[in-house]
Amino acid sequence: MLRLVNVSKSFGEVKSLQNVNFEVWPGEVVGLLGDNGAGKSTLVKIITGYHQPDPGGEIYFHGRRVEQLSVPEARKLGVETVYQEKALADKQSLWRNIFMGRELAGKFGFLDVKRMRRETEELMTSKMGFTSKAVTTDTPVRTLSGGERQGVAITRALYFQAQLIILDEPTMALSLSETRKVLDFVTSIPKAGKSAIFIDHNIFHVYPVVDRIVVLDRGRIAGEFTKAEVTLDELIDRLYHVAKTGVLR
Amino acid sequence: MDTQLDTRRKSDERSAISRFLRGYTLQIGIVFVALLIWTFFAIGSPQTFFSYNIYRAFMSTTPFFAIVALPMTLVVVTGEIDLSFTSIMSFGVLVFATVMTFTGNLWLAMLACLVAGFLAGLLNGYLIVAFGVPSLVVTIGTQFFWRGAVQVLTGGNGASLLATRDTFFYNLLVGRLFGLIPMQMVWTVVIAVLTWVFLNRHRFGAHVYLIGDNMESARLMGVNVAQRKMLVFAWVGIAAALAGLIASLEVTYYWPTLGEGYLLNTLSSVFLGGTSVFGGSGTVFGTFVASFIIGAINAGIVAVGLSGFWTQLIYGLIIVLSVILQTVIGKRFA
Repeated sequence: MLRLVNVSKSFGEVKSLQNVNFEVWPGEVVGLLGDNGAGKSTLVKIITGYHQPDPGGEIYFHGRRVEQLSVPEARKLGVETVYQEKALADKQSLWRNIFMGRELAGKFGFLDVKRMRRETEELMTSKMGFTSKAVTTDTPVRTLSGGERQGVAITRALYFQAQLIILDEPTMALSLSETRKVLDFVTSIPKAGKSAIFIDHNIFHVYPVVDRIVVLDRGRIAGEFTKAEVTLDELIDRLYHVAKTGVLR
Repeated sequence: MDTQLDTRRKSDERSAISRFLRGYTLQIGIVFVALLIWTFFAIGSPQTFFSYNIYRAFMSTTPFFAIVALPMTLVVVTGEIDLSFTSIMSFGVLVFATVMTFTGNLWLAMLACLVAGFLAGLLNGYLIVAFGVPSLVVTIGTQFFWRGAVQVLTGGNGASLLATRDTFFYNLLVGRLFGLIPMQMVWTVVIAVLTWVFLNRHRFGAHVYLIGDNMESARLMGVNVAQRKMLVFAWVGIAAALAGLIASLEVTYYWPTLGEGYLLNTLSSVFLGGTSVFGGSGTVFGTFVASFIIGAINAGIVAVGLSGFWTQLIYGLIIVLSVILQTVIGKRFA
């Protein structure tokens, strides 16, 4: 599905990522763990085309090398991201958020508002489970609860035929039942034949839903395991060890 | 049975009404403010406010800043501001006057004027985007720069535009439609409609809202933030040049000081019209109505019989009151 070879990224003096090799297979959910500043976000932003890797790094999608990956390019290749809460434009309506940056428009860029409203309405009832009459396609998203907002972000990712869904700390600031919903969603991804990268601080959230875990530390891959190799307790032990020493036992 | 159906229908109607109120709170608010001020003036000076002349005056002078306030709404929606348009107005007309003098071709002169405005606006956008300097600072700088350039080039001398008088060109821009409606009013309406279409029914406007609301996420979702911002500033530049041209043609004279004194009423129109200082929300309709409120205040105060010294006081009062009113209504229906 996706393969990164020898990818590094520096911001001035700061080496955010160093010689990272990383891959995701079709239908696989990969958990990406690591402390703040470990380079998780940088890695994600390289995959989504937001950052370009330093020269020497290679990116492959479906076995094909991609030179100059841009955000629109990555989305065309089926990469969708569910960011933390900040992914939505608060004051804008639901339909504008669903079609953010990918508005349905005619030849000259004029919007097909009717179609966007109609499709949003359909997604709201079929996918997001909005039943209340108080919420319409024109409701600004800031009036929604945290879980509902995350639902919007996730639905947005799914709606556009994603192949690889990146979840960047999607459970942050969510209540227990809302978190449950998000995790249920993550388990449904491989069932639909799609891949996912799941980033979270909370390994209790990550461990149950992923197939493989990759640990990043200070810009390097400190190690990786399939779930069959480690129990949750072992994993916690090892992560402590990484945090202290920078190496994985 | 019947009564049950009845109540349901009623509650449906009520929710439709409240949804309408919620969706258009600011627009309704600004119309309400306009009516309130009109009533005040009409009671204070019925002979003036029940005659057509005062409205012709409004339609003649309000466009001078409304034409800029409309695209300025987009700049403020993106979370930026442009203070340099006052000088771009003058610079644009200087280019117009120069090309007119050398070629005698008014259309070419106008094209040059608009291109000058476009480039000056684009420069603002470029400086803001490329160097990440706040637009407030950049446009204070370019305001002084263009004003200074104009002063150096003209030596402070104006130029007569009398040669344009009674040409088709003149009548098209500032003539009187059927002898009643100033053409600049017609153009203001055309620009308002165009701006509305681009802000609300075009991908460009969708991106403008997204940038102002959450720039980071707009970028992450593939919006070309830099290009969009530059275009928004360029648009204000064109509008400023056009507004300057219209204001100069109206008096058939080019004053190098042109544009001074338009800063406050233009920005007030945008803010009074309900555009958020924080970006992400604002309407073309609101700015349009607010421009005429601002335009009416000056004339209205004198007509009611107060001295011109009252203008600023009432001006401030109306702005503060209407902003408070908008916030209160906004909270009530949000």
